[in-house]
Amino acid sequence: MELNVTGAFIYFKLFGVIPITQTTVSSFLVAVILIFLSIFLGRNLKKKPDGKQVLVEKGVSMLYSMVEESMGAHNLHWAPFIGTIFLSSICGTFIGLTGFLRSSTADLSCVLVWAVSVSVIIWYNSISQNGFTGWLKGFTEPIVVMTPMNIISEIAQPVSMAFRHFGNVAGGGVITSILYIALSGLSSSVLNMVAANGTAAGAVLLALGVILFVVNRTRWRKTWIMILTVACAVIGLFGLLQAAGILSGVPILAFGIPAVLSCYFDLFSGFVQAFVFTLLTMVYIANSCPPPETAENAQEAA
Amino acid sequence: MDATFAAALATLGKAIGAGICMGIGAIGPAIGEGNAVSHALEGMARQPEMASTLRTNMIMGCAITETTGIYSLLIAFLILFVL
Repeated sequence: MELNVTGAFIYFKLFGVIPITQTTVSSFLVAVILIFLSIFLGRNLKKKPDGKQVLVEKGVSMLYSMVEESMGAHNLHWAPFIGTIFLSSICGTFIGLTGFLRSSTADLSCVLVWAVSVSVIIWYNSISQNGFTGWLKGFTEPIVVMTPMNIISEIAQPVSMAFRHFGNVAGGGVITSILYIALSGLSSSVLNMVAANGTAAGAVLLALGVILFVVNRTRWRKTWIMILTVACAVIGLFGLLQAAGILSGVPILAFGIPAVLSCYFDLFSGFVQAFVFTLLTMVYIANSCPPPETAENAQEAA
Repeated sequence: MDATFAAALATLGKAIGAGICMGIGAIGPAIGEGNAVSHALEGMARQPEMASTLRTNMIMGCAITETTGIYSLLIAFLILFVL
């Protein structure tokens, strides 16, 4: 069972040139889902909100308070962009859980596009504020020797944001599939070993499991006895089935464990990575557009 | 130096390389995250009412310090599956 870690494979080439990959399909699907959700949740809003509207208002107000807190009141117009990145990153990661689709953030090209677009926004802001030469001069602060370092840190910013998000989601997927391959290999070797010497071993194991169960039915003194019982019964039963040729080759040991792992990698770390990506976007955009120099700011600064 | 020996040597090299890469790459982030979590817990112990904000910031910090670990994980996967 050879594990082939492949990127998103190409379904077909649109007009012979543009490759439509799994990521394109799932990110378009995420976009459609989000558009449909926003239309469905956004229409006929009532003064006195009922069920779903309360939730949506809570989410939107949380988003706006987060943006206001980390970007300042003058940057509130960025909130829709930040919300879009957050939602598309979360839905992009969770769409992989549907089984047949590949999560769009598990592909570097999708995440790198977000990161580079954030950098382009930052460059646009600083160019529009202090001019192109001002922006170039910005690289030579504080002393000219620092210029290469500043350029590297300017490039490292999108790369690190993209690789962090992509690495977590894709790495988690690879680790889960490696574990799945290992467990199914283990289960096939164990079952073959049991089935190899006829139905005797399977029957004995099954009997041992049943006896242990009957003895400890009222009170499980130690947990390892419970685990031993279950293990003997399950391996004995499936060994017998394997010997009899039914259900042979079903990786029973690989049953629950990879699911638990993907709970951590896909759900928790996917959510945390989306949050980190959004937070860093807010921080980078915030310090690239300072508050406008109005009267009270100048007076406040003085 | 026939083909199978070369292939075996290649897989040997890949296995050792990926192992070392991930092994060493995991030391730094682990220490960093350990520091972050211990100081966050200290803060929570000192001020329990700040526990929720401290917790979110701690998770943020841990996710960001994990970056270098993820880099070495990616390099290890590259060595293993692509090289």
